[in-house]
Amino acid sequence: MEQSVLGAVGVSKEFLGVKALDAVSFSLRPGECHALVGENGAGKSTLIKVLTGVYQPDGGEIRHRGEPVRFARPNAAQQAGISTIYQEVNLVPLMSVASNVFLDREPRTRFGLLDWQKMNTGAAELLVGYGITGDVRRPLGTLSVGAQQMVALARAVSTDAHVVIMDEPTSSLEPREVETLFSVIDRLREQDIAIVYVSHRMDELYRVCDRVTVLRDGKHVHTGDLADLPRIELVSMMLGREIGDIRAHGVTGFGEDHHADREPLLRAENLTSPHALSDVSVSIRPGEVVGLAGLLGSGRSETAMAILGALPLSGGRVLVGGKQLPSGNVGAAMRAGISLLAEDRKADGIVPTLSVRENIVLAALPRLSRFGLVSRAKQDKVVDIFMKRLHIKASSPEQKVGELSGGNQQKVLLARWLCTEPRILLLDEPTRGIDVGAKAEVQALIDELAKEGLAVLLISSDMEELIDGADRLVVLRDGVVAGELVGDQVSEANVLAAIAAEGGEDD
Amino acid sequence: MTDTAVARSWTKAQVAGWLQAYGVYLAVVLLLVFNLAFTDNFLSAANFRTQLVQAAPVCIVALGMALVIGTEGVDLSVGAVMALSAALIPLYLGYGPVAAVLVALVAGLAAGLFNGFLVSYIGIQPIVATLALLVGGRGLALVIAHGQLIGVRDQSFLTLGTGDLLGIPISVLVAAVLSVLTGLLVRRTTFGRRIVAVGGNRSASALAGLPVRKVLVGVYALCGVFAGIAGVLATARLGASDPADIGLLMELSAITAVVVGGTPLTGGRVRILGTVMGAVLMQLVRATLIKHDLPDSTAQLVQAAIIVVAVYVARERSTR
Amino acid sequence: MSVTEAPATAPVAGARRQLMAGLLQRQGAAAVLVVVIIVSWLSFPRFGSADNLRDLALQSSFLAVIALGMTFVIITGGIDLSVGSVYALGGVLAAYGSQWGFLVALALPLAVCGLIGLINGILVARTGLAPFIVTLASLLFARGLLLAITSEGATTYKIKDGSAFLELGRGEIFGVGVPVYLAIVLFGLGGLLLRRTRFGQSLFATGGAEQSALLMGLPVARTKITVYTMSGLLAGFAGALTAAYLQSGVTVIGVGTELDAISVVVIGGTLLTGGAGTVIGTVIGVALRNVIQNIINQIGTLDSNYQSVVSGAFLLIVVVIQRWLARPRTHR
Repeated sequence: MEQSVLGAVGVSKEFLGVKALDAVSFSLRPGECHALVGENGAGKSTLIKVLTGVYQPDGGEIRHRGEPVRFARPNAAQQAGISTIYQEVNLVPLMSVASNVFLDREPRTRFGLLDWQKMNTGAAELLVGYGITGDVRRPLGTLSVGAQQMVALARAVSTDAHVVIMDEPTSSLEPREVETLFSVIDRLREQDIAIVYVSHRMDELYRVCDRVTVLRDGKHVHTGDLADLPRIELVSMMLGREIGDIRAHGVTGFGEDHHADREPLLRAENLTSPHALSDVSVSIRPGEVVGLAGLLGSGRSETAMAILGALPLSGGRVLVGGKQLPSGNVGAAMRAGISLLAEDRKADGIVPTLSVRENIVLAALPRLSRFGLVSRAKQDKVVDIFMKRLHIKASSPEQKVGELSGGNQQKVLLARWLCTEPRILLLDEPTRGIDVGAKAEVQALIDELAKEGLAVLLISSDMEELIDGADRLVVLRDGVVAGELVGDQVSEANVLAAIAAEGGEDD
Repeated sequence: MTDTAVARSWTKAQVAGWLQAYGVYLAVVLLLVFNLAFTDNFLSAANFRTQLVQAAPVCIVALGMALVIGTEGVDLSVGAVMALSAALIPLYLGYGPVAAVLVALVAGLAAGLFNGFLVSYIGIQPIVATLALLVGGRGLALVIAHGQLIGVRDQSFLTLGTGDLLGIPISVLVAAVLSVLTGLLVRRTTFGRRIVAVGGNRSASALAGLPVRKVLVGVYALCGVFAGIAGVLATARLGASDPADIGLLMELSAITAVVVGGTPLTGGRVRILGTVMGAVLMQLVRATLIKHDLPDSTAQLVQAAIIVVAVYVARERSTR
Repeated sequence: MSVTEAPATAPVAGARRQLMAGLLQRQGAAAVLVVVIIVSWLSFPRFGSADNLRDLALQSSFLAVIALGMTFVIITGGIDLSVGSVYALGGVLAAYGSQWGFLVALALPLAVCGLIGLINGILVARTGLAPFIVTLASLLFARGLLLAITSEGATTYKIKDGSAFLELGRGEIFGVGVPVYLAIVLFGLGGLLLRRTRFGQSLFATGGAEQSALLMGLPVARTKITVYTMSGLLAGFAGALTAAYLQSGVTVIGVGTELDAISVVVIGGTLLTGGAGTVIGTVIGVALRNVIQNIINQIGTLDSNYQSVVSGAFLLIVVVIQRWLARPRTHR
């Protein structure tokens, strides 16, 4: 039996009848860096939360150093030596760097008072090893996010952690900081500390990890040495595509663009935003569906947000019908006819306390009102049209939207945007989390809308949806355009190849 | 978790939701029945009149407060704004009652715009932003009035507080008209719908192109104007401008009326009729206690308990 | 939350802003205080007199004790609106209890006011109700209790001449009132608690990032309950001191005192959103408020109500500056 510091055996976890983890097993060896990968909904974060006591498993067991354990609270896992470094730093920004390192285990003087001198020198010495120099009495919040993560890591390791879980540790690091992180990881491995490394960046995984575990749709797909695993195979496992199919297809034929004769309605040029996008250009012609492909975190949603003006840009511009939009102005983008169906339906989409009717007309209120008075008749007409056209299933237009199923909520949001009569529709994961029937309906609707002359940008993690639905595909990898596929080139094989291609220098 | 446990907790949530939404009506009815049965001289036009007149200012302030709370905010400065508008009235009565009332309302508007600006454009939390005016507003009112109670003798102005129209006290009439108008505002205007949308999901509202900042400024401005109106009516009824005392703890009474009326502090929903009933309920509670010779102290203790319970029930609901 | 989305250049600019924030918040109020003192020393001959300074210190000590508790509460990100009522209640209870001697006069207000604070704390920490609403309710509750034990405010309990308890408010050591010494001791202990104990660190962590504090295993709920209890105790104690000073339990004091306490704490540089603050800042805030009050009184022709206008304006300026300095870090 292999030696394991932390593991899960057949662990299952269900949320409201949805299996987030389905009999997943996982095992971590001392001193290894173990990559945990998977697309959205694969169950990575659920697995981490089960391992660290945030959730309790519904079935199966957690083993710590070979013994079955139950961590009732995150605290218990920490005390057992399992620390997690989250993407959003879980420290206290207003407190000093030194305080954060020693919070809740501060050195004390003989009189039981905090020994600040010892804390400050101790913290300074410790942090040098993590590439952080300077006054440790500064508030933590004055450090860059990357440096804050390093402090979190230093804190975790100095609490005698022998397992460190890192959730997307490099997402906000500068290249120089990434190097520091890797050298820290190397040092931790030498000290026999095991690391779980969650990331979507292929280059990093191959650079720093020994083994990999792939999850998909809550199920365990693969565990093995990373060095032996070709990139394309890893990507296809993450996306759930048969590797055989891909090899058989290869690149066939020449790209053919049905819409090449028309002028693009939307041109986004060289969009650049720190830590998110770098020189991304996309153009869409009327009647065209352009798909954005790429792994989670590759900058797909950010591209859509940037086009709408909701993501601060350090470079690039957006043109609609040849006219440049003012940067960072959502209102102007909307007036120019751009609508965004946001990825996060709950946070950025529905207003749960309002009815179906009101959610639909929300963005189009001015058009449906006169002198600021809402015209109920006009509203009802519009709502009726869209509820029928989109087959929205609600007991009445007055039902609270929070009570609808995910698919119907999504249709309500689509209706909201359609009744503003947009010319450009940005759809971010329009079919995620909705049932099969609704999914097919939404996909058909997208087709129909494009035929009516809308320019559509389609973002989806569902490869089939992209390939079937899009006329043209732009593939993103780590915030840069990794390839553009037109006509016959639009195939799974080419998408995977573009995603898995060795990245150049990370810029 | 077993099925029965799920079912039971759902029922509990339902009960809480029902209580939050309709509890105030039930409570008002129960109190009325109780008083009809056990309180002497309760069933008289004069008594009802007194109760309504006393509830009117709270009701008016609570209407504005309900709008603010609907956007997930709160306005702690309403009492101070009442004092400000009251302090200004005697200064401008020389130009006629209309001018005095207008000045008082403009003062309320200015205070509201100021709060709204702090909240929406500077981005200060509502509690903190309106705290500054709560601290300074009454002081300013007292400075304006030289710290004194000033009697008001203008007959037509006093009519606002004591007069009748069609047999209904003017202040009650004003409260009723404002309630109806606010109800229409919330239900029937783009502004009203935007208020609840902003309170329900601010991020989604911004992404849907709603003018979130303007909506917020508008809401606080309205709340300020309503407080100004309440200041005018209270002054007219008292027959004197008393900035030291007018509207004291009004923020508490108004928030209580709103919350008891079923508007959650978490925003996204505004119940105007509930708010009106909330104001009536709190007045009835006070009246009932007084009529049964229970002292003011008990009334305050009971009010404190009602507030905590109402907020607790609302919390139960909002956390689902 | 959205720190991760901040552009790469933000940290440097943020660092400078943070430094400025610290400087403005702490040293800003101190600098204003120094200027105000110098100006009034030069302009009003009576300001610098021993009598006036002694009186100023004594008058400040009552509010200072209340504000100390408020400082703790605000650092945890909360607010306590009940202190004004609790302060008045403490005074009445002390006067009432003094008929049974020194110990009861001190223990009765502390017990009752501490209990009110404890209930505030439990409601805030365990039920997740908003602090301002919970403490608004207990503001009413304490006022109601006060009225109930004074026959609706009609009875004013007197402390008998010669009672040892009177010394607590009226006694003098080296010509300076006992309350001043007590306030100094309490602030010394408060500072030590805040800066040099784990409990103090947990206050900052709770107010600065509650979720993180929970994840790091800090006793967040217990911390909150403790600070509200302390706030109740200190307000009650200030009430007892005031009763000893006035020789009676005055029922009408304390209205709006919570606002004074909040103002001086925030003017002293404690973040109203929680997570940062000092007790010395609160001392400066109290001093600033009362020196300005003193000047207004000295001028004589000025309405004493200018005090709260000045407080409100100060509060506004401080809050806007705090917000402005914090902006790039929380802006999306």
